[in-house]
Amino acid sequence: MSSLPLVSAAAPGRFVAVAAPAWSTLVFQRFSAMPKLAGVMPASRLEVRPAPQMVPSGIREIDTLTGGLPRGCLTEVCGPASSGRTSVLLAALAAATQRQEVCALVDVSDAFNPHSAAAAGVNFERMLWVRCGMGWQKSGSPQRHGVTEKKIEKPVEQALRVTDLLLQSGGFGLVIIDLGDTPLKMARRIPLTSWFRFQRAVEHTPTVLFVLSQVPCAQTCASLLLKVSGKKLSALSCQRSAETSPTHAQLLNGLQVQGELLRSRLERKPAGSVTFATKVRTG
Amino acid sequence: MPFACIFVPDFPVEALLRAEPELRSPPLAVLEGKAPLQTVFAVNENARHAGVSPGMTKLQIETCAGLVLRVRSLSQEAAAHAALLDCAQSFSPRVETAGCDTIVLDIAGLQPLFGPLPKIARALARRATDLGLKTNVAVAGNPDTAALAARGFSGVTVIPEGKEAEQLGSLPVEVLFGNPAEESAQLLETFQRWGIRKLRDLAALPDVALSERLGQAGIHLQKRARGYTSRTLVPFEPALIFEEVIELEYPLVLLEPLAFLLGRLLERLCARLEARALATQELRLCLELENGWQTEDFSSNNGGTGVLARPGRAQARLFQRTLRLPVPLLDSKTFLKLLQLDLKAHPPGAPIVKIHLAAEPVRPRAAQNGLFLPPSPEPEKLELTLGRIAGIVGEDKVGSLELLDTHRPEGFRMQRFAPGEPLASRKYPSPQRPRDTEEINHPRATDSAVPEPALSAAEGCLCGYDLVTALRIFRPPIGVVVTMRDGKPARINCPKKEIQGEILWAAGPWRSSGDWWEQKGWARDEWDVAVQGETGIALYRLVRDRLDGRWFLEGTYD
Repeated sequence: MSSLPLVSAAAPGRFVAVAAPAWSTLVFQRFSAMPKLAGVMPASRLEVRPAPQMVPSGIREIDTLTGGLPRGCLTEVCGPASSGRTSVLLAALAAATQRQEVCALVDVSDAFNPHSAAAAGVNFERMLWVRCGMGWQKSGSPQRHGVTEKKIEKPVEQALRVTDLLLQSGGFGLVIIDLGDTPLKMARRIPLTSWFRFQRAVEHTPTVLFVLSQVPCAQTCASLLLKVSGKKLSALSCQRSAETSPTHAQLLNGLQVQGELLRSRLERKPAGSVTFATKVRTG
Repeated sequence: MPFACIFVPDFPVEALLRAEPELRSPPLAVLEGKAPLQTVFAVNENARHAGVSPGMTKLQIETCAGLVLRVRSLSQEAAAHAALLDCAQSFSPRVETAGCDTIVLDIAGLQPLFGPLPKIARALARRATDLGLKTNVAVAGNPDTAALAARGFSGVTVIPEGKEAEQLGSLPVEVLFGNPAEESAQLLETFQRWGIRKLRDLAALPDVALSERLGQAGIHLQKRARGYTSRTLVPFEPALIFEEVIELEYPLVLLEPLAFLLGRLLERLCARLEARALATQELRLCLELENGWQTEDFSSNNGGTGVLARPGRAQARLFQRTLRLPVPLLDSKTFLKLLQLDLKAHPPGAPIVKIHLAAEPVRPRAAQNGLFLPPSPEPEKLELTLGRIAGIVGEDKVGSLELLDTHRPEGFRMQRFAPGEPLASRKYPSPQRPRDTEEINHPRATDSAVPEPALSAAEGCLCGYDLVTALRIFRPPIGVVVTMRDGKPARINCPKKEIQGEILWAAGPWRSSGDWWEQKGWARDEWDVAVQGETGIALYRLVRDRLDGRWFLEGTYD
């Protein structure tokens, strides 16, 4: 049976029906003989991509929902202002620094509050803070002493360059890009190629790339997409018509945040949501 | 007891060739003196073949085709001598300097470490070559014989015990006189008149007759020629100074060729440090600028101080940069890149005529990461990355932060990011600890004591910390117009952030002040307000400056 030709002489280009095991062996023998198809292998022999290692996010409810933050992947947390997204960021940062990992925060709008971070338990010795802002980019090479050509560089452009450098440097356990206060128009203008590049850079590394934004930006590059919203603030919005104003303790103490899993490419999980509360410990 | 001698023939030429190795093949003459009375001080072998000899005037040698002329550099000779000392010290601690071009070292007891004597001699020559010096190395039973052999024989020479006179006999008597002093010239003239050309001729003279004619000096020279002298080595302990200098023929204008020269200097420095099993944590670059440029001190945020040149006066002409590293490193490529980044950020501003680079020696890093510790960035890569990021966002915008013991807004400072340092080396001041702050109003009910960050690794969850409501800061604070009603903010208008409308809820004020004993005193009232926005209700921190009465939006709770 195995001596049968793969392609019949009468009808060139058409496969001849043979018994399944022998046929597949024969097919792959023929494929391996062709230079263009030398790399073709049966699907059963394809290497199964190992599931990424998950690390705690610092919030038990989110860990229950997502299994944690995946290493070597891009995780995106989005939500509007006052939704609790920065609390999630600080919790992840605190958990990573307490694991003695070296972390980096690329602060696009220079909005990081050190006192909130200290209250969350962030170890500043293990955290690199890069504060982006409107700056001047030097250009022109070769360069004469004292004569430099400059052009204005926007914070988002700076952040992308800095993130590139950090990911290429390696060794960071957590790299955070904080686009929380970046205008939607500018955040959406970040080219998809940048996100693909970041995703490729962290792949097969122990780095967790964490992106915080108002709306999803990384699109298909994000392995985990989480949306957060302030549950109590939404309730307050509904109560406005009732003219009932909450007290300070009612509103800020135990501010409830709802986290919703929008997408997980790691394993098939049903979309779900969790609610957790924050405490007011601000500087 | 064996001794080794390292001798550098044509030392002034070799000192220049360390900086410009491409001049090794063409004929090269080193000039000394002030123009136009410059004379030849030293020449290399090719120039000697071309008929150039020391003492000739510049006018006489200008007709020689292809001859390269360089001015003698004492600083480069000093650096070459220091490199020679490093070479010797890397083998033995007992080192004697017998002139700037000759080093004698005691190699007794080194055989178990480095092998037999010929191997040690070859290793010495190889190490000197690595440091940019072409040397003669000789090993003998006493220091004077080793020095004579190194001066007389090129390459590596090993004189066995008892065969000193036989081996030295073929050398000319000129090798006995290292420096051309007047007394030496007289003795040499006497030997010439007697017809003594070789050391074997001098060694064969009768002792008594030689003593009657030349005295003790003649006997000493004869003993040296026979290889019978015996003296104690005078060890020299050189200071650990690692400096390299290049004096340029023409002013350097572009950064690219400067980086090329810096690379050479760094390679030399790293080779010297490696020879002494040391590393460096601080590099000092000093550039001498062309005449007519004035200097002005300034300090950079990363600890370096610089001098920026400006045209006008000719008082000071130096540009200095200091590069401090968090860990001891010994990688010339990393140093070069860091210096390039630093010079890009702080250009000298004038053409350069002299480059001076010094390294502060420290013990190399001896650290081994634990198997179960999380990975961290390599120090070399991290330094380069931080340098590049500083070039993008600015030096003061990157680093780790340190909280200050104050309630003043923005009570923190940026510092150098060094994650490899021991965790207990820095202390976190607790933000709630009052020192320079006067809490006038009742403190916030929810502002409980902020605990110190836990330094132990936590498995899974935050040990001892709850999820906190974070505050996102607007830097700088945004000025807003606030309408008050019944002593409370009732309406807010912030065109910049597109926040406008009735305040749904307001809590406060929380009043604080501090630094009233200084010029930069501060006093403020803080309000927490909820405002209806486009995407829902947002919580803001509203601040009124009690000194000037202005309202600011400081941040948003998130």
